[in-house]
Amino acid sequence: MIDLQGYGPRLFQGALLTIEVAGLSLLLAVILGLLTASAKMSRNWFLHRIGTLYTTIIRGVPDLVMMFLLFFGAQVGLNMITDWMYEQFGWDLYVEINSFVAGVITIGLIFGAYMGETFRGAFLAVDRGQIEAGRAYGMTHGQVFRRIRFPQMMRHALPGLSNNWMVLLKTTALVSIIGLSDMVRVAEEASKATHQPFVFLTIVAVIYLAIASVSEWGFARLQKRYSVGFTGGDE
Amino acid sequence: MEWLTSLQTLLSDHTVLTPANLARYGEGLTTTVQLVFLSLIAGLILAVPLAIGRGSKRRWIKLPIYAYTYVFRGTPLLVQLYMIYYGLPSIDALRDWKYWDYVDQAHIWALIAFTLNTAAYTTEIFHGAIKTTPRGEIEAAKAYGMSWGLRMRRIILPSAFRRALPAYGNEVIFMLHASAVASVVTIMDLTGAARFIVTRTYAAFQPYLFVAVIYLCLTFAILYLFRYLEKRLLAHLRPVEG
Amino acid sequence: MADTPIPLEVRNIRKRFGNNEVLKGLSLQAHKGDVITLIGASGSGKSTFLRCMNLLEQPDDGELIVHGESVLFKDTKHGREPANQKQVVRMRAKLSMVFQSFNLWSHMTLLENVIEAPVHVLKQPRHEAIEYARQLLERVGLAERADYYPSQLSGGQQQRGAIARALAMDPEVMLFDEPTSALDPELVGDVLKVMRDLAEEGRTMIVVTHEMAFARDVSSQVIYLHQGLVEEAGAPQDVLGNPKSDRLKQFLAPKH
Repeated sequence: MIDLQGYGPRLFQGALLTIEVAGLSLLLAVILGLLTASAKMSRNWFLHRIGTLYTTIIRGVPDLVMMFLLFFGAQVGLNMITDWMYEQFGWDLYVEINSFVAGVITIGLIFGAYMGETFRGAFLAVDRGQIEAGRAYGMTHGQVFRRIRFPQMMRHALPGLSNNWMVLLKTTALVSIIGLSDMVRVAEEASKATHQPFVFLTIVAVIYLAIASVSEWGFARLQKRYSVGFTGGDE
Repeated sequence: MEWLTSLQTLLSDHTVLTPANLARYGEGLTTTVQLVFLSLIAGLILAVPLAIGRGSKRRWIKLPIYAYTYVFRGTPLLVQLYMIYYGLPSIDALRDWKYWDYVDQAHIWALIAFTLNTAAYTTEIFHGAIKTTPRGEIEAAKAYGMSWGLRMRRIILPSAFRRALPAYGNEVIFMLHASAVASVVTIMDLTGAARFIVTRTYAAFQPYLFVAVIYLCLTFAILYLFRYLEKRLLAHLRPVEG
Repeated sequence: MADTPIPLEVRNIRKRFGNNEVLKGLSLQAHKGDVITLIGASGSGKSTFLRCMNLLEQPDDGELIVHGESVLFKDTKHGREPANQKQVVRMRAKLSMVFQSFNLWSHMTLLENVIEAPVHVLKQPRHEAIEYARQLLERVGLAERADYYPSQLSGGQQQRGAIARALAMDPEVMLFDEPTSALDPELVGDVLKVMRDLAEEGRTMIVVTHEMAFARDVSSQVIYLHQGLVEEAGAPQDVLGNPKSDRLKQFLAPKH
């Protein structure tokens, strides 16, 4: 049996934290992605530019630098806002950006940009005739979106979504650098304390691979569901 | 307008761009470019034979390569870096090696981790490109008496490299960004310089903003380089002008 | 005849895919200057037969003799394979093939396509190969297209380019695998004209085709294949003008 020298429970909690950060970031990223896709496809010049600027900046700056910027910078910005509110209205607010919030927001922001590209491509891939058919049968804009565009878009978006999720999962390792006790940080501390780096880091690597494999399986099932009516299951 | 004055003090804060700090950023930039460039070159050299082997019919060649790319593409670079940075020095046999003192530097460990990481991604990119070589073109090469080696060298690889170019451009940018984790193992790369200056001055985040802009510029430079290369090397896919 | 070896001779070629035997013992002799046309319905095995001649498909049985040299085979666990890869390379260089889908190398210009095998397989000096390639491209009417990439050419131009590439090898025998089947009808004529010229100048050719007019006018021998066997063979006026079997009669009957 592998001797974890008492680090077992902490490692387990770290793994849960990794999953938690990844899951919340994914949620944020999907929301931001849908918004970005809409902005980039909109005829509004301003929204379009905002969407493009967002994607360009995110793609040009390293994840880690982005995380530091948010972790340290957002706090300064928030303090400025709360100070101003205190002086103006006498509201005494203190919002703290802790490493968990900073981590989730950063990863969500980064992958929101990538998801935006995925969703945009997927929306554009939906056959126009499908939408027109919906309109022709008297569906409202919202109904067409919910009943026709969204489900059809998902079929095209799923491969990209799955890909983004795999990269996102690995990116969560960076939260260990801003002080969050995810499994990478626990493993690093354990490595230094026990001088058995291979044991702990290998466990962490295996957990990452396991999560990836499980999600791969899950995405394959989803893909099947959204591909009903299309031969072969994928393109 | 209290906040305006505080913004002014923020902007007139010269702790970020003092000459000494600028020199640090400069060194950081050099380190980042060096690390990324060297690991990309080494990764490229490793990836070509690995990609060929990955497509081999022999399982004892193809499976180990697949296992390698699976593990290195499925786990975070940070974990790989720790594995090498903390792991290799924990092996007694290695520490007894007479050249140990020369290699026991964070730079070397980071270079090894980055190389292994990018080689894994590049192997899969090339493998995909080799796999999509049109069958007919390979058959024509066979029919004209080209041996396996000649086909690889003259037909399959040149056409695969061209097809892999856009994906490889993304990998180069990915590597530039991923290299920021080098700062975690004490290396003074661009991010490392920013972290150092943050701890030494009262600037809370401005150094990160500054290096973010530099990374952005580097990214654009790489992007334009690859766009230029694609224009040159993918000429055969474009319809003729006029 | 005895002192100059026959360019290509195949004896009793058999080939099976799984349980399906597609070639059931086919033989053929191509003497110098012969133009042999292989005709037959799809699935008759004519393309597979042609591809066995330069070992793009491995025959399960039979003999292959190129310019008097018999190709050696060995039995492996994957089936019968050529024993000597060097010999395969050498014999393939003597037979050049023109494909249905052209198969020009897409990352090279037309000229580079034509000189590729002469320079790297036959080790001809580059400048000589270029000079000869330009003559050949001139011949097939593509002199001004030498620096174009295949994707920038029409199907007919690509196929004529592919014929120039085949000629550049100075082959003993040229193998044509349905060279006009992938072309738009209006482009077929140019390609057939080039092939007729080659036949007239005495090239040894083996052609798999659906072009009955070409088979009738140009070939010295027509072989009609059915389900992996030779059903009828002989001079074109006999086989095409006076078919004996009902199957061939039906095959030759105008379809529209």
